[in-house]
This record gives sequence, structure tokens and C-alpha cells, in this order.
Amino acid sequence: MYRYDEIDQRLVDERVQQFRGQTRRFLAGQLSEEEFRALRLRNGLYIQRYAPMLRIAIPYGLLSTRQLRKLAEISRRYDRGYGHFSTRQNMQLNWPKLEEVPEILAELATVEMHAIQTSGNSFRNVTTDHFAGVAQDEIVDSFVWCEIIRQWSTFHPEFSFLPRKFKIALNGARADRAAVAVHDIGLHAIKDEKGEIGFKVLAGGGLGRTPMIGFVIREFLPWPHLLTYLEAILRVYNRYGRRDNIHKARIKILVKERGPEKFRDEVEAEWAQIKDGPATLITEEVERVAARFTRPAYERLPNLDLEAIGAPGFTAWAKRNVQPHKVPGYAAVTLSLKKTGVPPGDATAEQMDAIADLADRYSFGELRVSHEQNLVLADVRQSDLVEVWREARRLGLATPNLGLLTNIIACPGGDFCALANAKSIPVAEAIQRRFDDLDYLHDIGELDLNISGCMNACGHHHIGHIGILGVDKNGEEWYQVEIGGNQGEIRPGTKAALGRVIGPSFARAEVPDVIERLIECYLESRDSEAERFVDVVHRIGVEPFKERVYGNADQRAARRHRESAVA
Amino acid sequence: MATLIKERRVVTANPPSPDEKVIRLEPADDPAAVAGELAHATRVEVNFPKFGDGRGFSIGRLLRERYGYKGELRAVGHITRDHLFFMESCGFDAFELREGEDPHEALAGFEDFSESYQASVTRPLPLFRRRTA
Repeated sequence: MYRYDEIDQRLVDERVQQFRGQTRRFLAGQLSEEEFRALRLRNGLYIQRYAPMLRIAIPYGLLSTRQLRKLAEISRRYDRGYGHFSTRQNMQLNWPKLEEVPEILAELATVEMHAIQTSGNSFRNVTTDHFAGVAQDEIVDSFVWCEIIRQWSTFHPEFSFLPRKFKIALNGARADRAAVAVHDIGLHAIKDEKGEIGFKVLAGGGLGRTPMIGFVIREFLPWPHLLTYLEAILRVYNRYGRRDNIHKARIKILVKERGPEKFRDEVEAEWAQIKDGPATLITEEVERVAARFTRPAYERLPNLDLEAIGAPGFTAWAKRNVQPHKVPGYAAVTLSLKKTGVPPGDATAEQMDAIADLADRYSFGELRVSHEQNLVLADVRQSDLVEVWREARRLGLATPNLGLLTNIIACPGGDFCALANAKSIPVAEAIQRRFDDLDYLHDIGELDLNISGCMNACGHHHIGHIGILGVDKNGEEWYQVEIGGNQGEIRPGTKAALGRVIGPSFARAEVPDVIERLIECYLESRDSEAERFVDVVHRIGVEPFKERVYGNADQRAARRHRESAVA
Repeated sequence: MATLIKERRVVTANPPSPDEKVIRLEPADDPAAVAGELAHATRVEVNFPKFGDGRGFSIGRLLRERYGYKGELRAVGHITRDHLFFMESCGFDAFELREGEDPHEALAGFEDFSESYQASVTRPLPLFRRRTA
């Protein structure tokens, strides 16, 4: 866990005071709606469909139990006793009162938390691999680099009024568990032949209305140049990114309109001017930041054979929800927030307190939020796994579905969000109910299913193996289905990819049937159990799936006829 | 007569006298294009036409850091106290606030933050270089 120093704390406290003043000026009529909108958004405060929504930053998804208990307390005192973990590894409260938000921020500051730049046209929370620091395939501890970027991107004097939001992801392992290719800037740690650390730099990726895979603009950036290079990219974007149309203001549009090569040349030309300048990183700073992270005091333990532990139900859970650890005798446990009937990513205050107890007892008082909206206990002794499983099951957090179809990523959707065209949560639930047979689910194998309630794509539907998008048709909620998306190179050779729409959209009630037909088509087409749904889509294309769902022209006409008869 | 904040003090804005040379830049303008005239300019104005238009922040830093401009750098347009800390960090020393914004109250905006992680015009070294110095 990163511990604030005196300056980190002072800046967060000063932000609370600043926002208190801004809220007061707004309520007194000294700030216009439009001005206050820009200011409240950069403190994570939205005005939503039914109430304001406050998005609290959880930098790179790392959370202490003290912080989680504070979140539980805040959700009880200022909200309705629950919170939502988002795909940006943050937490959202859905029912705070506008005039109480400065108080909430002051509470957060007491545990080194804030809502700084969680929305608005500013740098957002830098995200990373939820197994950072414990993964066996680690190249660098990405938390240290994320914290360096967090500081650089907090209250940046030049880049606090960007054309649009700006998301950076950093991956420090061989496998990409941070979806770096679909971020405004993606950074991939690399160790070269000489053992020097650097980053592959991607720019111009993103989801939303115009999804794009990022372009590699530098194959290897030695680490001392990280901040000057970011500064160069941002300066080009801040000056030339479009500001005339909100839908064309992300950096991906600039990269696309300029062309990746020309964009890269502009960045390199700007960088040439500031390279080796005062913002060049030094070893002392990297070491200083690294030393401010607390480290688990691991014991010397043997590795255990988990399959030999025969408790009924444990094996299935351990197979899906327990990941190997770089330290012998330890494992990383994912607590699933994907129980059927509960909105994906939601946790009650009671659960938060109980999870904090679990993390204190079994995982050095720390946990992580994954971008798949689950919680991770990263440092559990293998000998404690059975106990952790029993406790997690009692709390409803042991659904053994990690990586499977029912581990659905979903935004809050039309139940909460003012932007949404359609609801997400009931669709997720209907699919989870349809696929409630665990054996069948395991037989289907790894499958990411992601749902967004609108094209802003908070539910990352473009990179789901199956993606579902809520659309508005004459005031009614419909759902478009994509297949073949992929969040990144989690396995070697399977690059990040965007899904392709299979055809006209569906009514909500039809969605589970559609998913079932897609799965049938996959099961009939796969070479072996090792070939995943997404692999099959990439091998045989979208057509066979399309035909299975929509039938040929005659079948489609017959279906329409039946439907109109029913209606 | 309009008021102005200059070097953190509220002053009356006088119209430029005939011997003053004022350069005005819009957000899309490239400061490189006026680099040659800066030595003779007595004032450069950068327009911020909208509350959220941040292009002028880059222009300010470039004028100061890259083109060596030393004279008055005035931010004009839709400016409230909420911009002042950042604008000053980017090299601005004079500010025409938007209508209705009380300049005396706005002065507190310079004190919104007491430190900054990044290098800027007012802090040529980033915090991490000053810590280890």
C-alpha cells in the first residue's frame, strides 16, 4: 500500500477546501451550472438520473482495509449502504447529496483517499493489472510506476483542462491484464537484453462511440524518459485535440485524423525539445516512491497441492478463483462480485466490512479492485485457502465463475445512469439465470461477456468475447450484440480486438436466447476444449454465428410472422 | 474601468498607450509564429474563450519556457478564480476575469494549492527534484 507523505496529504486536504468553496459559490449563485459542472466532475460528482453520483478514486485499484471500512461507513452514513466497483477500479456511490459531498471528501481524506479527477476532461485513474506485485510473469512492479504517473497527472497545471477525459493504463507483466491497447495511452513494461527497464508506448486506443486499438508509437522508451514523453504526447493532444465536438475530442480521433505516423512524428518533435529536461526521472525518485509502499512480510512456506484438498465445491472454486503467486506457499484469491441477482460490481456495506476482516486476517490488510469488477486478496497463504473459501461462500463472494460467461462486466446502466439508453443489470441477471448450470458453464470455458447501457462503453462491450450494447429505438430499449472482441494479450498471440456487430438488435427478453444460440454454435464448431469462444470467432468468422442467431431469410420471415401474431 | 489582477494585485486596466506593443493569441494560434516579435512586445494576451478551453495553458508555458518571453502575459476571456493557480504556474502574471467574478475574492485562488508535483514556469524543477536537491 502506498502511504502518503506530508505533501500528498496536504494537496488532498487543499482539494477538499477548494471544492467546499466551489460548492458554496455554486449554491450562492456565483458559479454558473456550466462552470460548476466542469469543477464538480473533476471531483467525481455527476448529477444522475435520480440523484448525484460520486466516483471515488482507488488509485490503480489498490485498497487498504482501513480505506474499505471507511467506504463502508460513508456508504452507510451518506448513501444507501452499498457501493459499486467500476471497470476503472474505482468506487461509485449512487445516492449522495450534493451539499454533503464536501463532507464525504473530507472523510475520505482522513484515510488518504479522494475523488480527484475521477471524471471530467482530465486525467483519470491510472489502471493496471490486479495481480501487480504478485504475478509470476511480472517484469516490473507496476504499482510504483502507476504512483509516479498518479503524482505527475494530479493537478497538472498545463493539462487540467484537456479536450476530453484521458485514461492511462500500465501493464508490468508479460500477459496484458490491464487492457492497455484500449486506452488513450497504454504502457507496457519491457526489459531489454541489457536488463534495462522501459516501456512500449501505445496511443490512441479507446472504447466509447469510436472504438480503436491503440497504435504503438514507441517500441522502447527507457524509464527515465517516461514523464517527459507523456508530457510531449499530452502537449500535442492539449493543443491540437478537437474541442468543437465532444464526440471527436478523444486523442484517438486526433491520432486517426493525423495518421499514427504523423502523430508520432509530432510527439517525437515535441519530445526532442523537453527530453532530458528537469522532469526526467531519476533512480532516487523511483526508489523513494517504491519505499513508500508497504510490503507483505511473507513467511517461508512450501507450495501445496491444491487439487489434493478434496472439500466438495472447493476444487471448482480454486480452479477458477485462485491464481498462482510469485512467492511459494501463497496464492491470489478473487472474491467474486458477480453473484446472480446482484448487480455486477456491487457490494453492501456489510460485505465491505466483512471483506476488510477477511483481508486483515488472510491477506496483510490489503486488497485490489479488478477492472472486471471483482476484489482480489493478493497474498493468501495456500494453507488458508479452504478457510477463505468457506468465509467467502458464507458472504456470497465465492461464485466460482472467474473467466467464465457469468463473470459479466456491466455498467450501472439505465437503472442509475443518466447517459444510458438501456438497462444493463437486468440483462446481466437474465443471462446469469439462463447459464446457472456450473458444469455447463465450465464446459463452455473461458468467455468474457460485457454489457454497456450506451455507446460510452463503461461496460467495455467492444472487448467482450460477447459484447452487448443497449441502444435506443424510438424510445424503447434494444440490445445490439457483438462477438470477437478481446481485452488484450492475456494469452500469448491473442491480441486485443474489437468485436463485430452480428446484426439487428434484440428486445431485452430475447437476449438470453441469442447468447444460447451463440454458445451452441461455438460448442459445435470448436476443435477442442482448449479453443475458446473468441478463438473460434476469429477462426471461422462472424457468419456462422449470425446464421445461427438470425437464421436464413425464410426463417427470419417466419419468426417475424410469429412475433407479430403474439403481439 | 475594468479591473485586472496583475502580479497578484487588483489594479485598474488602462487602455494600451500608443507606444505599447500588444500581441494577442487565440487558442489555435501557434506561439512559434510570433516568437520573433516577442522581444519587442510589452504584453502578450492569450484568450481563453470558454471555461474549459485549456489550450492557452500550453501557449503560456511555450511562450515562457521555449521562446523566452519575459514581459506581461495576460490571460483574458472566461476566467474565474478556479483557473488562477494553474495559469500562474503556466507563466501568466495578469488576468482579466470574466464578468461578475470579484477580483478581490478571486485572489485567494492563487493559494488553492501550496505545492505542485510537476515542473512548471513558477517551479522549474518538479517536486521530486526539489526533494532530492
